[in-house]
Amino acid sequence: MKSIQVSTTINGDPVEFLCTPDEPLLDVLRNRLGLTGAKEGCGTGDCGACSVTVNGRLVCSCLVLGVEAEGAQIETIEGMAQGETLHPLQRHFIEKAALQCGVCTPGILVAAKSLLEKNASPTDEEVRYWLAGNLCRCTGYDKIIEAVQSAAAEMRGEV
Amino acid sequence: MALDDKKSRFKYVGTTPNRPDGVDKVTGKAQYGADITAPGMLTGAILRSPHPHARIVSIDTSAAEAIPGVRAVVTGKDFAPVEDQGFADIGETCMARDKVLYDGHPVAAVAATTPAIAKAAIRAIKVEYAPLPHVTDVDEAMRPDAPVVLEGRALEHVPAGMSQNVTNTCEFGHGDVEAGFAKADLVLERSFKVAAAHQGYIEPHACMASVTSDGRADLYCCTQGHFFVRAVCSALMGMEASQLRVTASEIGGGFGGKTTVFIEPVALMLSKKSGRPVKLVMTRDEVFKASGPTVHASIDCKIGMTKDGRITAGDMTLRYSGGAWPSGTIEMGAQAGFAAYDMPAVRTIGWTALTNRPKEISYRAPGAPQAVYAVEAVIDEMCQQLGLDPLKTRLKNAAAKGTLSSYGVTFDEIGMVATLEAAQAHPHWSAPLGPNQGRGVAAGFWFNFGGNTCVTLNINTDGTASVTEGNPDIGGSRASISLMAAEELGIRYENVRTIVADTASLGYNDNTDGSRVTFAVGLATIKAARAAIKVMCERAAALWGIDAEAVDWIDGAAHPSGPNAGKFPPMTLAEIAAQSFQTGGPIAGHHEVNVDGAGVSFGVHICDVEVDPETGHTLVKRYTVVQDAGKAVHPTYVEGQMQGGAVQGIGWALNEEYIYGKDGRLQNAGFLDYRIPVASDLPKIDTVILEIPNPGHPYGVRGVGETPIVPPLAAVTNAVSRTIGKRMYQVPMSPPRILSAIKGA
Repeated sequence: MKSIQVSTTINGDPVEFLCTPDEPLLDVLRNRLGLTGAKEGCGTGDCGACSVTVNGRLVCSCLVLGVEAEGAQIETIEGMAQGETLHPLQRHFIEKAALQCGVCTPGILVAAKSLLEKNASPTDEEVRYWLAGNLCRCTGYDKIIEAVQSAAAEMRGEV
Repeated sequence: MALDDKKSRFKYVGTTPNRPDGVDKVTGKAQYGADITAPGMLTGAILRSPHPHARIVSIDTSAAEAIPGVRAVVTGKDFAPVEDQGFADIGETCMARDKVLYDGHPVAAVAATTPAIAKAAIRAIKVEYAPLPHVTDVDEAMRPDAPVVLEGRALEHVPAGMSQNVTNTCEFGHGDVEAGFAKADLVLERSFKVAAAHQGYIEPHACMASVTSDGRADLYCCTQGHFFVRAVCSALMGMEASQLRVTASEIGGGFGGKTTVFIEPVALMLSKKSGRPVKLVMTRDEVFKASGPTVHASIDCKIGMTKDGRITAGDMTLRYSGGAWPSGTIEMGAQAGFAAYDMPAVRTIGWTALTNRPKEISYRAPGAPQAVYAVEAVIDEMCQQLGLDPLKTRLKNAAAKGTLSSYGVTFDEIGMVATLEAAQAHPHWSAPLGPNQGRGVAAGFWFNFGGNTCVTLNINTDGTASVTEGNPDIGGSRASISLMAAEELGIRYENVRTIVADTASLGYNDNTDGSRVTFAVGLATIKAARAAIKVMCERAAALWGIDAEAVDWIDGAAHPSGPNAGKFPPMTLAEIAAQSFQTGGPIAGHHEVNVDGAGVSFGVHICDVEVDPETGHTLVKRYTVVQDAGKAVHPTYVEGQMQGGAVQGIGWALNEEYIYGKDGRLQNAGFLDYRIPVASDLPKIDTVILEIPNPGHPYGVRGVGETPIVPPLAAVTNAVSRTIGKRMYQVPMSPPRILSAIKGA
């Protein structure tokens, strides 16, 4: 299958790549661009470990084609911290022990950031429903919900 | 100086610092199995059997080999037979030889320049099968006329005349069971079924192998034990262990499921044949079909009780199947079933049988959830029938120090009574319930494990310490190990860095399993630190010109042990380290040990559910985990283990099961149809940590990680049964099963 040239923006950087028409964005990120923060847990959109945003919309990058990135703004976990400064969600995830093995963590952080951009003061239930597409097998989710809420409180200037 | 004393007051242990791998894991930098690459790397892919049981008549790989970009093709014929039966069985799970034994059994593999070419090559391989009758249920597999999965694998003590699928039987217990039942006011016998569940780690199995033409190899993989990986792979590849270096990547969950190999020998063989590095990564479909789920079980459990709640006898028969190869899990189940109770008379008989399913591998307290579920459900039903309080009844029968356990060990200090009392005192136990809601309680037990452990601790010249250990960190163990090293040395947690070294850098370390790492690696780290402290005391003594015996180590510094030793100001670790080149060279401590003395652990879970009578759907409304953790080294991570294990058990109780069709094929090999709990399914999981010290560890540490998955099957069952007014005898309690119980007689 002949490859197609794609021009896009990833975490603010201009990026060009070649991919085949049937190649998922996740494979492009991981195999062609060395951005391995997004993980493949299922390849069928059931686990959320590959979550990224495309033009601000939260997606499973395993269900988006690489060619759909043409002209888009893509944000991945690699773009979340600003230099040495972690995003409040990243810091609270570490401090609240919201990760054990950590393989679902990039996807959950991207999804949680997307939630807080839409709703700065979610209820616990809203956090649980928003993150229902992100499987975590280690934590039982409790500490993830706590970390999202404490990061949200900090981002609202309450701490 | 006394270096063997037990510690009960701590400066660092018991605090909750950030984990050293935290930043890497929240920024996407951490490298998991599938993230490792090498120059010139090829992509591997595996062809799998669509049949549950068939003879392989022929495999034609010529068309695949002819595809441009295909660099190697491997079948079972590429692997020479090995003598060790255990390794041979693992080898056959990685690549079939004469027969395929389950849906998903590998039959061939390729390595190609791109994933697309690898996939095309797999499709081009022609396999001719002669299908054979199959069996996927343990009770059917035990019938004398059942299709035989493997011949000649029964152990000698299995009685003659049974199906050849029955490979092992065991019996544990003490006392006169029949006399015990004669003393009972109520004897209840119930039969149960427990479906196989999968560990469900989010990271599929992944590895990258690079074999050179002079017989050396490097293997990177996500595993719970790279030393075991080396042992298996070097045997299957006919290599010396020294020539195969295995490095564990970060691991994206395991729960027991990554304590063996499924793809690593195949990647090594593909690399050997192609002369190029090869990456092999399972798809989720492959993980479900062809990595190890749990056993599935069929259980008969009989208990006798007086009308005031004293258990007089217990008798249980367990039938487990661990798939197409012999499995030892039955013994752990048979030992664990009644272990929480002081049983005047007890007998547990176990059977294990082969079925056309993938080879089982450990899942968090392997074998225990099934057996304990049956016991805890029968006890609960008896409490209902006799009008007894389920916690008081369990307290009346609880095992304690001095109890002869159901598996023959006499318990030392244990926390069963304390755990039950803490559950009783918890506000959850007396909180009101709403309509269509009910409350269940259950206890659970796990042995915990020690095992082979090797640790090196280096004192750096700037006064910091580096700990080198050999157990993949699956949930924060590097933090716990650093805490214990800091505690013992008397330096700050931030001044210690713990790394997980490759197989060439340390002696053998058993797998990260059996809840052993914080206990056993912690113990070895403490002993390695004490060895380094001994050296540092000697260095200080030499500088002071006094005997080394006259130096004590207090709060990170050498002190003269008394006025007679001489008047010197304390010399800190940093000062001793800075002078080490002048006092004899680098300072290090080592400890190598096969650790004994793991402390058993008990948990009690309280569960509230609400069952929708229209749909049979169950929602867990409130959940509390009480567990004896021994000393909690990092209490937040202990809570995380208790919450995570409980939620896995809740998933198993309500949703998770391997569903095989009449055709012997797995029908739900994906996260959409094998549904693990998601955030919106769950309430907050409350935790109560009890710290009854384990006498077998210098700080009193017990294992923590496995016990929490043991009580939930029964805790949820008891809650659902009390809610709907009908007892449930099968897990998972999926909505159709609950509806049918509600609508049944």
